[in-house]
Amino acid sequence: MSNAPQQQDTAVRMSGIEMRFGPVRANRGASLEVARGEIHALVGENGAGKSTLMRVLSGMYVPNAGTVEVSGRDVTGWSTARAIESGVGMVHQHFMLVPTLTVAENVILGRELTKGGQLDRARAVAEVRTLSERTGLLVDPARMVRDLSVGEAQRVEILKALYRGAKILILDEPTAVLSPPEIEELWQVLRGMRDAGDTIVLITHKLDEVMAISDTVTVMRQGETVGRVATRGTSPADLARLMVGRDVTLAADMAHHASTTAGAHQQEQGAAALEVRDLVVQGARGVTAVNHVSFSVRPGEILGIAGVEGNGQTELIEAIAGLRAPRGGSIHLGSADVTSMAVRPRGDAGLSHIPEDRHERGLILDFSIADNLVLGQQHRFRKGALLDHARIAENATTQVATYDIRPTDSSLPARALSGGNQQKIVIAREMSRDFTVLLAAQPTRGVDVGAIEFIHAQLRQAREAGKAVLLVSADLAEVLALSDRVAVMYEGKIVALLPRAEATIERLGAFMTGAEHAA
Amino acid sequence: MMALAFLTQTLRIAIPYLFAAAGGVMTERVGIIGLTLEGYMLGGAFGAAVGSLATGNPWIGLAAGALGGLVFALLYGLGAIRFRADQVVVGIAVNLLAIGLTRVLLRFLYDSSSNSPRVPGFNVTSSGSGFGALAQNPLVWMGFLALPLVAWILYRTPLGLRIRAVGEHPAAAISLGVPVTRVRWTAVALSGILAGLGGAYLALDQHQFTDQMTALRGFIALAATIFGRWDPKRVALACLLFAAAETLQIHLQGVGAFPSQFVEMIPYVLTIVALAGVVGRAVPPAALGRAPE
Amino acid sequence: MMTREKFEEAVLPPVVALLVAMLVGDALILLFGQSPGAVYRMLLEGTWGNAYGLGQVLYKATTLTFTGLAVAIGLRAGLFNIGAESQLAAGGFMAAVVGLAIPAGVPALLLLPVYFLAAALAGGAVGALPGWLKARFGAHEVITTIMLNFVVLALLNYLISSRFKVPDTLHTRELASGRLPRLDAFLPAFHGSAANVVLLLALAAAVLVGWFLFRTRAGFELRATGLQPAAAEYGGVKVGRVWWHAMAISGALAGIGGLNYVLGYKGYYEEGFATGAGFLGIAVALVGRSHPVGIVLAALLFATLSQGGLAVNALVPKQMVDVLQAVVIIAVATSVPEVRRLLRGFRRSNDA
Repeated sequence: MSNAPQQQDTAVRMSGIEMRFGPVRANRGASLEVARGEIHALVGENGAGKSTLMRVLSGMYVPNAGTVEVSGRDVTGWSTARAIESGVGMVHQHFMLVPTLTVAENVILGRELTKGGQLDRARAVAEVRTLSERTGLLVDPARMVRDLSVGEAQRVEILKALYRGAKILILDEPTAVLSPPEIEELWQVLRGMRDAGDTIVLITHKLDEVMAISDTVTVMRQGETVGRVATRGTSPADLARLMVGRDVTLAADMAHHASTTAGAHQQEQGAAALEVRDLVVQGARGVTAVNHVSFSVRPGEILGIAGVEGNGQTELIEAIAGLRAPRGGSIHLGSADVTSMAVRPRGDAGLSHIPEDRHERGLILDFSIADNLVLGQQHRFRKGALLDHARIAENATTQVATYDIRPTDSSLPARALSGGNQQKIVIAREMSRDFTVLLAAQPTRGVDVGAIEFIHAQLRQAREAGKAVLLVSADLAEVLALSDRVAVMYEGKIVALLPRAEATIERLGAFMTGAEHAA
Repeated sequence: MMALAFLTQTLRIAIPYLFAAAGGVMTERVGIIGLTLEGYMLGGAFGAAVGSLATGNPWIGLAAGALGGLVFALLYGLGAIRFRADQVVVGIAVNLLAIGLTRVLLRFLYDSSSNSPRVPGFNVTSSGSGFGALAQNPLVWMGFLALPLVAWILYRTPLGLRIRAVGEHPAAAISLGVPVTRVRWTAVALSGILAGLGGAYLALDQHQFTDQMTALRGFIALAATIFGRWDPKRVALACLLFAAAETLQIHLQGVGAFPSQFVEMIPYVLTIVALAGVVGRAVPPAALGRAPE
Repeated sequence: MMTREKFEEAVLPPVVALLVAMLVGDALILLFGQSPGAVYRMLLEGTWGNAYGLGQVLYKATTLTFTGLAVAIGLRAGLFNIGAESQLAAGGFMAAVVGLAIPAGVPALLLLPVYFLAAALAGGAVGALPGWLKARFGAHEVITTIMLNFVVLALLNYLISSRFKVPDTLHTRELASGRLPRLDAFLPAFHGSAANVVLLLALAAAVLVGWFLFRTRAGFELRATGLQPAAAEYGGVKVGRVWWHAMAISGALAGIGGLNYVLGYKGYYEEGFATGAGFLGIAVALVGRSHPVGIVLAALLFATLSQGGLAVNALVPKQMVDVLQAVVIIAVATSVPEVRRLLRGFRRSNDA
């Protein structure tokens, strides 16, 4: 420790990082410099290349070009194992935990403690317990991981990295699945680590988090690094400008704008297009995911559902769409009771659905664009038992032109398209069918800014055309920008249902976190 | 004495199942389907016959039996691990290959299309087929220890922890720097050796190798693996249960009361019932059968 | 329709596999002190070189086309039907049992639908059960179809040995009516070979399967289910129903294959006639890329190998062919993903 000042300097220096996946260039000469003992936020839109860059740092990917230095040492192209040895640990967005092992087993996996050739389980449990208590990442080492809550599972992930002696900790979107109190606890742990001299890189696209926790910010856009600033010397607006590369109306501002014009869309009382009464739905593992939920959506209205992900929104939408059988309650489309109807008759009764996950549900990636444009309506594009290929092709030509889907060759598989264009296939299909109610679940997730604007315009257009729209989004700003009324889901219940004018971020935040309970 | 005879016969029938099912647990827990146990056993039986015939020493036969199982396991690993091919397809082909190759070599080495010459086995001094004779066969004791050994590896050693992790969530294991490919190869190789020993027992006990002598025992062992829910203790009980049913059938055959075919079905029917979850659902390791990433 | 890339991806693996199999074959042939060239020549002459050999190849390819199509329908729906073996046996058995009840003198053409239905229903039932178990309980079809193979074969064995067999044999008595003509009835050159008009049924089945998969709405939904069940469900497809329907169709196709032996060849059901044909059906579907045209070609390939074994038995043991078939399967299974990776990498480096 004779040359402490030098040690102080730079924990990570990456420069000229080039990372290609086939034709996709995820990183185009990206760079990053992180000082030791700081919390460094790496921000950018979805698809900006943040996670890729960090996977290069953590040894998961070998870059096509560029250099990676850790503590002044060139480590370009190292392996995960070497990265871990050198004190670089990464907590992934999707947890990397083995559900059938205990917390302690997950933590020690790959670095097992032995006594005479056997696993030393007692010592493993004791060490994990000590580490857990020292860092404040509280979780019982003897518990099975599959029984943990999301917040606890994340603590195990961080414990795994720390157990391996991580001095440089990378966290990929750690708050996406956490409730606000859990987020606050996480911040405390991270601050504690920083104060103890560790270095933290936080990947996020939420600017409020950046302002709340980081010391320095690096901004990425389209695979390149476009800025590095001290958090104190910047503002959310400046960062947003860097992120998208031009002046944007921040969603929050748009939300403000919307609230002043929303009055125009306030509906005269009329028959609801979608009516949900006392709905109870079971989620995975048999827990009650939707707990006696009631609401209605009228024609010409967008009802936005806000809430931290995992509070029953997915199950609610699936139940309305017919993909998950409710335990109790009823669902009406107009006057028709569709509670126990299958998916197809619901569609025929006027339901359209932009699903949450286009790769799993919304598209069949190996089917052509043309075939995907009729998915769910294959019974309308047929001659007897046969598919009517002429009409399917004709439909594709029209939709590709109308919704500006690129590339325009509709015989290509959907897999070949970018995220934004894939989502346009889904939007085109769901908007062009004959419907009265539209379910839009996370409609802009993982698509670029241009496509987001396009999709928002489509949703507004549906409202103008007198459709009832139920919007579910994890992006509070999006909910506020589009909705006429806002509901908040928390632990399977609708805990608030407010007119847009009364829905402020602060109030919604209080409901989303369970701080306020009145419904 | 009737009861002891019944028990002895049950244990004798159970030995190859215990060996092969130990291999079954090993391979399935790491996420590689145990369709090939039949092929490993056949390779093991043939290897044991050749080794014992060539040297006159059943211990060398035993080692050659383990090697015979290992060869087919390595071939399976080559397809399923190294080339990431579909496990079901490669597995079926490995079984076909075991049948074909042992036939061809039987012709080549012993110029017979049905069986080998008499194979020297372990010397059993006490006469008859009683418990005493059984207890003198070292392979019997090894058979009893096969599943406890697997349990010890799985739950008490670092390798076992890694095997369990790889079979459930390989990506998690990779992210922690676990050499996933090496773990898979190790488990598959162990599985081949264990099942190969089961085949060796058959050849040494029956004092010859005959064409397709394993007679679907590998699949019964797979059934026991699944019916025992991949847990060594339950799997051992499943092996004993299946063996007891067979013993019962042999005894009833004398009486002529119950068609043997229905007893044959028992392991398979029970496995289907277990998979359908009529009594406590059998949930396989999450990554079972998936091509390595 | 087929692009050059797709063509390369479809054709290269079998070619690679055949080359590997030939190398292994060379080694085995040399082991027995023979010349590979002579053995391969004999193999070809004994199969495609004369009408009898060709007839035997066509006969074997007929059964394999049915089991190959059966496996392919399952694969297209995302299911692995390992049960073609017992479905084939059940189909043949049921046709024979129905046939035993039919008196002599009824015209074959009139009876064909009856036999056809009996075989299809029996095979379909054996296939539908694991499909239903998967749809209802999530029981994995690979294991249930394997296990069901043994159950069904034991059951058939019981029925034959206790009720239907001719004493001292393992077969039923000959059917009085409904046997189908062999090819030598039209082309005398095929004299003595087992090839029969069920061959035409197999070709018709291949055409129908292609039409069903790629032209009909049900085929669209079946393929959607196979590729992405969650997306198919979202698209209004009842996934569980598609599963058991696909397995029923699959089993029925395999079951109809039983007619080749029962009506076209022997005129009775015999224990063990289906042995190996179900497992080879997996190889046929795999090598044929689950496409009807590929399946017919792959069936011919495997039939040639089977028959070729008999043709070369004088020089090398016919069991050598079992080895070669297994090697072809392993080589194709491993080279399909490997060749695809290589081709993609090659094309990328060409683009760059």
